Amino acid sequence: MSVLSALIVAVLFAVGVYLLLQRTLSRIILGLALMGHSANLLLMVVGGRAGKAPIIGAFGPNDTVADPLPQALALTAIVISFGIIAFLLALAYRSWVLTENDEVEDDLEDARIAQLGEAEMRRWWRRSE
Amino acid sequence: MTQRRSVILDLCVQAEFHTLLLLSLYLLFAGHNQPGGGFAGGLVASCAFGLRFVAGGGQALSRSISIPPTTFLGVGMLFAILTGCVSLLSGHEFLESAILSVDLMVIGKVKTSSVLFFDIGVYLVVLGMSLLVLEQLGEADGSDPDEVQP
Amino acid sequence: MSVLLVLPIALPLLAAAVAIIAYNQRTVQRIIAVGALIAVVIDAAFLLVAVERDGVQSIQVGAWAAPIGITLVVDMFSALMLIISMVTVLSVLIYAIGQPGVDQDQPVFHPVYLVMTAGVALSFTTGDLFNLFVAYEITLAASYVLITLGGRREQIRSGMTYIIINLLASTLFVVGIAWVYAATGTVNMADLAVKIAQLPAGTQTALSMFLLVVFGIKAAIFPLFFWLPDSYPTARMPVTAVFAGLLTKVGVYSIIRTQTLLFPQHVPSTILLVCAGLTMVIGVLGAIAQNDMKRILSFHIVSQIGYMILGLGLFSVAGVAGTVFFIFHQIPVKTALFLATGLVEESTGSTALSKVGGMIRRTPLVAGLFLLAALSLAGIPPFSGFVGKLGIIQAGFSAGEYAIVGVSLLVSLLTLFSMIKIWNGVFLGTAEDPTLRLAASTGETRLSTPVLMRGATVALVGVTLAVALFAGPIFDLSERAAQSLLDPSDYIEKVLG
Repeated sequence: MSVLSALIVAVLFAVGVYLLLQRTLSRIILGLALMGHSANLLLMVVGGRAGKAPIIGAFGPNDTVADPLPQALALTAIVISFGIIAFLLALAYRSWVLTENDEVEDDLEDARIAQLGEAEMRRWWRRSE
Repeated sequence: MTQRRSVILDLCVQAEFHTLLLLSLYLLFAGHNQPGGGFAGGLVASCAFGLRFVAGGGQALSRSISIPPTTFLGVGMLFAILTGCVSLLSGHEFLESAILSVDLMVIGKVKTSSVLFFDIGVYLVVLGMSLLVLEQLGEADGSDPDEVQP
Repeated sequence: MSVLLVLPIALPLLAAAVAIIAYNQRTVQRIIAVGALIAVVIDAAFLLVAVERDGVQSIQVGAWAAPIGITLVVDMFSALMLIISMVTVLSVLIYAIGQPGVDQDQPVFHPVYLVMTAGVALSFTTGDLFNLFVAYEITLAASYVLITLGGRREQIRSGMTYIIINLLASTLFVVGIAWVYAATGTVNMADLAVKIAQLPAGTQTALSMFLLVVFGIKAAIFPLFFWLPDSYPTARMPVTAVFAGLLTKVGVYSIIRTQTLLFPQHVPSTILLVCAGLTMVIGVLGAIAQNDMKRILSFHIVSQIGYMILGLGLFSVAGVAGTVFFIFHQIPVKTALFLATGLVEESTGSTALSKVGGMIRRTPLVAGLFLLAALSLAGIPPFSGFVGKLGIIQAGFSAGEYAIVGVSLLVSLLTLFSMIKIWNGVFLGTAEDPTLRLAASTGETRLSTPVLMRGATVALVGVTLAVALFAGPIFDLSERAAQSLLDPSDYIEKVLG
């Protein structure tokens, strides 16, 4: 059980990272969501074996009891990532409305350096001609 | 948007809407020692309004609810934080829970916990947040995209 | 007692709730926001006095005993951070109220700003690793809204980078918490301090490095700083100013808190020192290459983070004390610099060095404010930056780390150079932009800005001067903060009871 969960955590994380490295915004957001799921699942795996509900009266002296803390932590993390992913999607939609394009744009510095490089190239070509 | 409304979806949503709201209230009150709680209840209620939105667009949504979503958000936050502050003012720690039992003559004795008020706050915050998002998306249907606040 | 610890979090949240109900009543929102933040500043002052008198203060939220429940705990370091950040947040709020077009057409500005304040206060006061994550998320969620407020194309582009990077860091933070929990079975920091010490050395190092990476992204240390200089400058000026002053410092605070409290035996000193040096050098070199006030200052945020990490990397009382003082000085100074830049932008419409010029004749007040803050940033005596850098450099000398001390002195010089570059470009010389020259030739020599904006900037520069004036007592407090950071027995005892 634990091995399977760990494997799922790993696969989700790997897929998440792969999607995160893409150029399109929607894939990046999906990647982040998958990584979030993977992290939450990891929290559950960390809690140890499944067991009876940790409520007084719900388990006997010999029962294994589930660790409630990681569940509470995972629940909180899920709520948070739900809210932020929703916001991110709204923002991506806004970006699409503004630019009609789903791609992440270059940051200013990158654009400037690319420009400098191009100018340098052009000068170099002219000199060699 | 209004021209392409589906009759089946519309009717189903109308039939379901109040049942869903009732279910969300059940989840809210059951949350004390059964599965449920403010967040789950709030999500179910948001789903109810979300369905309204899917079926009838922004107008149907604004017709079914007249209070602005920000008020839901604010009142919810007030509920949640004041629950904490009340226990602080009564000489206990911040957010310390207490068990309240009320004797309602006909129904009998009702026992609940002060956590319920916190849960009501969460319920309202979740609902308000979702309504806000739906409202913004509804505006996005209009011709002026600059109106949308992300 | 417990009221003092709860108020910095509860009051801004309450005020945010009321402010969002009063959605379209701007006056009500303003009064509530300013009132709440003034109350929080007073509360933080009481808290500082209480910590100074009685040592670490802590409460258990919901009366759940320490390792199970959530702990709020304030030691000297937290108290110092709390008061200076709340003062800064308050002055930026007044500035934002004064600036046309910030809160007027944005009904969500006040509620979101207050929620961000609550998040910052929570991250300084929490004694629980997972609750620190929650505090981060509260702060960040609010900051996501603030940085994209207005929704211009440029803002969405850079805001997107900011959100994605921070969301990635948050996800890694959850993974880190899961590992810490797997290794120890607790997330209470005082409890962790006891339990992590019993773990094998390798596990400790792994956890320590992982948390360093997580907080390193938030604090923008080398090589994880790339997102900052591009995303900060596009927001509205009050937002940029408060981000510049506070948010990265919350990251630095978390690095210092976790490294000193959780991993005192395994502080990766060498790595920290190397990262500090590279952060300083690359930040300042990036600043020199820029031609816009906002972007120059954004790179300086990165550069100054290096000094803070340097003090921690030395891992002596003197070094950490220097760091604490340096952060205490840096929060208002950095914010004041951005606010002064905002005044330039408000009166001329630009912050590009090539477009603006001769500001000293038009707005001598802004020039003076910028000069005071810039000299303080560069570390010129007798300003507060000098005291902080002196503390760190002395600690470096006594630890025998001459190379890094040399680097930090060089960076100081380069900082001064780029401040002079701004000074020459913006305040001296003549305006190259035709519209600005037109304004000068029609006799409109004085450019005016709203009173509240100027007032808030003056107040914040006043705070930085006060930090310089009372450098002695504040440095004593920093030293006590450093002592309690390096010997957390009081902290652990007060939390675990």
